[in-house]
Amino acid sequence: MESSRYANPYQTGFLLGLLLVATIYVTGRGLGASGVFKSVVTTTVEAVAPEHAANQPFYQAVVSKHPGASPLKAWLVFEAIGLVIGAFISGLVSHRLTFKTECPPHVPTKVRWIAALFGGACFGIGAMLARGCTSGAALSGMAVLSVGGITTMIAIFGSAYLVAYPFRRLWIGGKQS
Amino acid sequence: MMGPFVPDIITDQLNLIVGFLTGLGFGFLLEQAGFSSSRKLTGLFYGTDFTVLRVFFTAGITAVFGVIILTSLGLLDRNVIYVNPTFLYPAIVGGAIMGVGFVVGGFCPGTAFCGSAIGKIDAMFFVLGGLLGVFLFAEVFPSISDFYRSGAYGDLTLDQWLHINPGLIALGFTVIAVAAFIITARIEKSVNPDAPVYSFPTKSHAAFAVAAIALGVVVSVIPDRQTRLLERATSVAYQQQHPVERIDPQDLALRILDRDNDIQLIDVRPDAKPGDRLPDALTIAVEDMFGKGWEHELAATKKKIFYADDTKPAIEAATLARILGYRNIAVLDGGLSKFKAEVLEVPAPDHPLSFEEQMVYDFRLASAEKIKKLIAEGGKKVVKKRKIKKVQGGCGL
Repeated sequence: MESSRYANPYQTGFLLGLLLVATIYVTGRGLGASGVFKSVVTTTVEAVAPEHAANQPFYQAVVSKHPGASPLKAWLVFEAIGLVIGAFISGLVSHRLTFKTECPPHVPTKVRWIAALFGGACFGIGAMLARGCTSGAALSGMAVLSVGGITTMIAIFGSAYLVAYPFRRLWIGGKQS
Repeated sequence: MMGPFVPDIITDQLNLIVGFLTGLGFGFLLEQAGFSSSRKLTGLFYGTDFTVLRVFFTAGITAVFGVIILTSLGLLDRNVIYVNPTFLYPAIVGGAIMGVGFVVGGFCPGTAFCGSAIGKIDAMFFVLGGLLGVFLFAEVFPSISDFYRSGAYGDLTLDQWLHINPGLIALGFTVIAVAAFIITARIEKSVNPDAPVYSFPTKSHAAFAVAAIALGVVVSVIPDRQTRLLERATSVAYQQQHPVERIDPQDLALRILDRDNDIQLIDVRPDAKPGDRLPDALTIAVEDMFGKGWEHELAATKKKIFYADDTKPAIEAATLARILGYRNIAVLDGGLSKFKAEVLEVPAPDHPLSFEEQMVYDFRLASAEKIKKLIAEGGKKVVKKRKIKKVQGGCGL
């Protein structure tokens, strides 16, 4: 199936910015994504090892934010469910729904999976330290001119450019490099 | 109406639905932009595809302008919205770790959800990795909790830190972004023969860039709303054109004695002490009238009677209240000094009183005593400002 073209990035960015402003105007908070990991991990640990969860300050902190309710009953979790459905609808209308692993021809699928797993873990750790990821800290932080959010944004992109060269074989090259 | 609406108008339950709807739009836009593709995302780091930069910066700048404009129009209370707290060192280290994760993993959390939604298996691995990463973090959290809280600067914003008009920052961001868009388009063209830069018109983009910079100039020269409105409220000419109703001290005394529930006294003196305030008066600092902190009290249907030691500061505050859109506003004529002289101080008679004069004298004396007692009682009661809670947000703990 031929996938259709992507939207104009400036127009999409403008709409995304309007969505972010509307969210701040109505709810007083911005967008986010990595906070969902926190809710899911805490719920899982609570279910599997409740005693352990009760002894770890991290899970305690998450639970105390949702007194009497599951950590899954959180704004960010509902937002993320919407995000997945919204992306699915977009993929549907633009004919991009297929199960596949996307990687350059010279990279074995398994390597791509391990790299993705490792990258995800980096984001899990980094986003907890920085109190947000590209969405919650960098983009939403920039919108409200948060020094912390903008610092995180610079750190993410700065570090990515620094390590882009050593990891280039994951994405470009192959035979010609 | 001044936002945000959570938790006053939109309940926590309803807010979850708002979150879901927000997510729908967020996911749809990210996927439409191509953020479900790791190769498109990482193209940013190899010069082949700068879509991420374009979408991210355009969204960021639109949002910065939006927040500034809404605040300037009095539609958003910037003191209430969630500002990501600044913890400098974990922000830098966490960001650096995420940078590695971006290059190696090819996604960030939001885009990985997006990719997973359309069936990208690598995105699903990334999400799994994210969960593992948070689990690892949670397990080692006790040993790094000191570092987690290091470099704390609270809810610091860039304009507070640099002591400049936020509009100037918006202008700066816009100039940087436009420069970055131009430079990266050239890089993209030279590195990648099929670059996306070829697929959209540049003429209209140039026009938008000029418009955005012009808007940046406008918002950076407009003084902030507080300065602007205070200037108007303190202008004598404006006050003369928009006179505020004045309440006579005697009239006020009778209403206080009647325990009139339709009035609300408002003390605007910054140094008002307990025991020196009129009964049940709220102490409202002029600068607190801008936000949502006193919105409820000022919007009540009661007659709000502003007072200070004399008339002038009360008129300024009352005029400001009217500019802010509050109705049924009045001031105590002559201020507290006239009230004290005419109501609270009852000079002993210097001549024998007739029967009627004696009645008036007794009434005034009794009234003065009663009001003095009420003032003393009212002084004991702490008049609390309704603390508007800052919105809880973000992805941190």
